[in-house]
Amino acid sequence: MITKRIIPCLDVKDGRVVKGVNFLGLADVSSPVKLAEYYSRCGADELVFYDITASAEGRALFTDILRQVAERVFIPLTVGGGINTVSDFDRVLKCGADKVSVNSGAIRDPDLIPAAAQRYGSQCVVISADVKRVDGEFRVFAKGGREDTGMEAVSWIARCVENGAGEVVLNSIDTDGVKGGFDLEMLDAVCRAVNVPVIASGGAGCIQDFVTLFKALPKVDAGLAASIFHFGEVQISDLKRTLRDNDITVRL
Amino acid sequence: MIAIIDYGVGNLFSLSHSLMAVGADVEVTGDAETIRRADHVVLPGVGAFGDAADKLRENGLDAVVKAMAAAGTPVMGICLGMQLLLDVSYEFGTHAGLGLIPGEVRPIAEVIPANLKIPHIGWNRLDIARPHPIFKSVKAGDCVYFVHSYSGARCDASVIATAEYGAPLTAAVAKGNVCGCQFHPEKSGDVGLGILKAFCEWDGAAT
Repeated sequence: MITKRIIPCLDVKDGRVVKGVNFLGLADVSSPVKLAEYYSRCGADELVFYDITASAEGRALFTDILRQVAERVFIPLTVGGGINTVSDFDRVLKCGADKVSVNSGAIRDPDLIPAAAQRYGSQCVVISADVKRVDGEFRVFAKGGREDTGMEAVSWIARCVENGAGEVVLNSIDTDGVKGGFDLEMLDAVCRAVNVPVIASGGAGCIQDFVTLFKALPKVDAGLAASIFHFGEVQISDLKRTLRDNDITVRL
Repeated sequence: MIAIIDYGVGNLFSLSHSLMAVGADVEVTGDAETIRRADHVVLPGVGAFGDAADKLRENGLDAVVKAMAAAGTPVMGICLGMQLLLDVSYEFGTHAGLGLIPGEVRPIAEVIPANLKIPHIGWNRLDIARPHPIFKSVKAGDCVYFVHSYSGARCDASVIATAEYGAPLTAAVAKGNVCGCQFHPEKSGDVGLGILKAFCEWDGAAT
């Protein structure tokens, strides 16, 4: 059976990993290449890189870094951030990305997902949605979670999947950073609406949160987190062993 | 030298670098002469079977692969490249394959339960059906990375590994000096690198 995936997420700005990274034994903790190699060795099933650079120079640096990672790390790589056109897909896929995640770009341009899926296949196109509760409904937010689009999230995500997105990353703004567990209610609503892999993001604080996630929602395929891995609060190898001990299928 | 056949489908970046990582002398090429000089041949591929088969024929590379397979050169197909080794595909119509390994390419939807997601995407355990030199470093329980909606059917005795996804899906096939992996060894971490290394070391002798 397909294993549940554990995915560390790295935010990259001007060629360096941002958000505090605190590892013992890693000399250059903000090097995306070093971190990617480290996570791959620890058993990460996939890596997500978000380019949070604004400048064109930074963007060129990002693709250069991505190429260096893809030359050394042989697990699936997903890239997001600043993906607004099909040529942005082309730019990162040529540098070794396997999947490309779109967020604000898909909100601005409804044709982006169908065009990219047509060209590269649905398995390549990931819709990454930042979602928050507003007035009793789930709303899609744009621009890194700063702007309420007014759109109801579950139907919007379902539409993205119908249009060709082959995977969903659901980031709950409500639970993000709180470290009190994943947003099970929101995830359940999305899992019921789509039949493609759903990746849970936002809220993981400890190993038990992942156990709860996969036990409560068997349709969730993967758990994504950043700081708890970067700060060593959760070791991926410990996490996967605990999942296995709880009868959750993982790759060890 | 190991030739990765470049016939205009898919991205060969990770595949070429994974082979370099295991010490291979790699050429990514669509040139028939260069391919003929290779000691090992890798046939990659993503996308739709019909398009890929057409492109391979347009470039005359189908004949080159068949001739090298007949001459005993070890050949490995990966993902769609594995499917191209079979007799026929029923993806969007009926398309002839290279016929190097008996079998058909059929939708996995025909064999898996309706509640499972398609494509079959992610890490799944490789169940070895028959020992083969390319699996010499593979241990029980090892997982590899899959992304596909179609798979080999009626490959019978050529199946060397399966993956359980509501039904045993064909994960790898082999006949004589020709083999193929439905999964992506170049994206399967150390297990995948081990399989690529073993292929580079294989002389093509049948098991």
